[in-house]
Amino acid sequence: MATTTPTAKPAPAHEHGHEVHGRELMHHFESAQQQKETATLGMWVFLVTEIMLFGGIFMAYIVYRWAFPDVWAEAAHHLNTPLGAVNTVVLLVSSLTVALAVNAAEEGNRRRLLTMLGITLLLGATFLVIKGFEYGEKFAHCAGAANPVAWVTGGARLEEKECLVPGRNFIFPEAHGAEGSKDAAASHGAAASHTQPQAGLGSPYQLFYFLYFVATGLHAVHMVVGLTIVSVLTFIAWRGVITPTYYTPIEVGGLYWHLIDIIWVFLFPLFYLVH
Amino acid sequence: MATTALPQRGYLHDDTPHLGEWIRSWLFTVDHKRIAILYLLAINFFFLLGGLAATFVRIELITPQGDLMSSDVYNRMFTLHGVIMIFFFLIPAIPAVLGNFLLPLMLGARDLAFPRLNLLSWYLYMFGGIFALSAAVLGGVDTGWTFYTPFSSTYSNSNVILTITGAFIMGFSSIATGVNFIATTHKMRAPGLTWFRLPLFVWAMYATSLVIVLATPVVGIALLLVAIERLWGVGIFDPALGGDPLLFQHLFWFYSHPAVYIMILPAFGVISELISTFSRKRIFGYEFIAFSSMAIAILGFLVWGHHMFVSSQSVYSSLVFSFITMLIAIPSAIKVFNWTATLYKGSISYRTPMLYALGFIGLFVIGGLTGIFLGVVAIDIHVTDTYFVVAHFHYVMVGGTIMAYLGGIHFWWPKMTGRMYNEIWGGISALIIFVGFNMTFFPQFVLGYLGMPRRYHVYPEEFQILHVLSSAGATVLAVGFIIPIIYLMLSLKTGRIAGDNPWDATGLEWKTTSPPPTHNFEAIPVVTTEAYAYPPEAAARDAAEWRPGSPL
Repeated sequence: MATTTPTAKPAPAHEHGHEVHGRELMHHFESAQQQKETATLGMWVFLVTEIMLFGGIFMAYIVYRWAFPDVWAEAAHHLNTPLGAVNTVVLLVSSLTVALAVNAAEEGNRRRLLTMLGITLLLGATFLVIKGFEYGEKFAHCAGAANPVAWVTGGARLEEKECLVPGRNFIFPEAHGAEGSKDAAASHGAAASHTQPQAGLGSPYQLFYFLYFVATGLHAVHMVVGLTIVSVLTFIAWRGVITPTYYTPIEVGGLYWHLIDIIWVFLFPLFYLVH
Repeated sequence: MATTALPQRGYLHDDTPHLGEWIRSWLFTVDHKRIAILYLLAINFFFLLGGLAATFVRIELITPQGDLMSSDVYNRMFTLHGVIMIFFFLIPAIPAVLGNFLLPLMLGARDLAFPRLNLLSWYLYMFGGIFALSAAVLGGVDTGWTFYTPFSSTYSNSNVILTITGAFIMGFSSIATGVNFIATTHKMRAPGLTWFRLPLFVWAMYATSLVIVLATPVVGIALLLVAIERLWGVGIFDPALGGDPLLFQHLFWFYSHPAVYIMILPAFGVISELISTFSRKRIFGYEFIAFSSMAIAILGFLVWGHHMFVSSQSVYSSLVFSFITMLIAIPSAIKVFNWTATLYKGSISYRTPMLYALGFIGLFVIGGLTGIFLGVVAIDIHVTDTYFVVAHFHYVMVGGTIMAYLGGIHFWWPKMTGRMYNEIWGGISALIIFVGFNMTFFPQFVLGYLGMPRRYHVYPEEFQILHVLSSAGATVLAVGFIIPIIYLMLSLKTGRIAGDNPWDATGLEWKTTSPPPTHNFEAIPVVTTEAYAYPPEAAARDAAEWRPGSPL
């Protein structure tokens, strides 16, 4: 056949075991360079799918914010912005530590690599704890308690009825919302006229909180996946698999972590800061 | 990975002493060729299941009364047919079976870029399939395969969540395949295999993978939102909250329109290979065919609104969507014209794969042209939700994708198994399928134009003749699908040994043995010429020398 000729050097790396190249080079790759580039490209393509996944939620967000701008501005007041801000800082710092971990792996500094991965795990866990507290707050309010701790211990009661978890018991507090919701009722008469916009099942405020719970919930699921990945990376780094010539797992895992981070950077202003 | 020298036996070869080890050697394989066989078995199982549901639909439609099943059961039956055929057959069929098997071979690579991800994608497919099947066993779904809100999210009493979970998981299987194909095409090409020396099948797979990667996550999130809305009791598609059920249709069709290109683009790739090989000519207009695949992939993202002409979307957006829909006809026509130009003065041999390819061209032209009718807002409003639409997309999906899938299976069967199938029966069943297909679906164009709505099992008596004709055609079609199953299975035992290159075709997959060794090539090939390097005089020489074994 005219199209092919056998290679001059018939793939020397594959006439034997793994003595010439490292264990980590899989047999279907020609070189470590090729394996690394392929893995990185694969992760980037996967990240595109993740963006499209969240893209559906962002699309819904755009549509409804366009439809109910006043509702959005009013509803954002009732999220815990300080905690959200702290979480943003936590995640940004974790991105830094991941980047430092990649750098440490590249330099072959195993101690620093393990430290950085450990800090990343801690920061990721901190994020989830704070996020969990925020969710807990919302659920505690529905139960009439002032905060999650009070909910468990039967402590301080919430002065004014509020339930921001979408569902049958959803109540958007009137005191803060009175002015805004009047505007909302006026400008969106059709949507708001058949129900009181600030309370009950028919309130467009629910759309905001539904999107909030779904978007941040999906993000939290990604955090759990990310933490699992970083744990595995820590384990293989501790086992000594990572070397200056082979640190692709750290780099690729780091890419995924940065993506989770970036998605939060968009979620935070879109939900907490739109008032 | 093994640490010894690479084995150079056929990938089907077994030296496993125990049944348990043999099962493990298949279920835990990371060899793309074995995974392709696993997919082949699973996908054909789902095809037969979807065909069974279609059989019940066609039997019910023989009489104008609803005598075989109630409307509710009928709804569940056509939903089962749609969900199985689209999510579990048409979308994975060519990429997961032929693509998995051929992509590394055509690229001169030892495997796909991520072999374990490839195996994972098969498990995800099976897992999603189990969800969809359990939904069917537990009573089925009645929403139609489109899961339109608010019916699916609020009112339906059927197993919507199970089915949606199945489709959602299967989506991840698609994504894994897409990511794998993109990385493989970029990074695993043999030395000298430049982008414009790639076989057109690879171009088609690459375009398909782009669509998979960009579109599938969107339907994932849309379906997830429906499932959450059902579980939670509130959601963003609920009009009572001020939510918009149409948003679901937008998100759904943003995937599901490109999804029809996930189904048809790989078919284009297969047809390009078949037409060139069986005309003994280099393909006409290589670059145009390659770029038309990319153009279809891109334009395919901009036309989803043509599914929503009657859903109260703005007439101005309808006009824009209509216009872009027309634009897609251009790259599609470029392909058809290039294939026919390739046939011109070629030495055409009517082997079974070529019969399927020629059948494909005819049926796809009818399916594509009626697609243009439907892209025109005025005609679409007249025939919306009638059998005209049903006939149109069956012409593209069955007449297009399944014809190409079967053609491809026959063409590469000697490579996959090392043996030839029975050429006589192959030709007969290809003709039966062509006749049966047209008998089934052509009457549906007429029915639809006369006003027969889709998704109804009770209809006015004047439609009965055409419905009976269609059901009779479906019987012929079923026979046409069963015959290949029989002779292909028989060929595994009794088929003639094929040899490395029974079709005298170009392409790297024909350079290695049949069946290929586990790592595909003894030595990674170096490519020095274009993909379809049939010498200019090949056609004339072929005509002069009678090629033995040709049925004509």
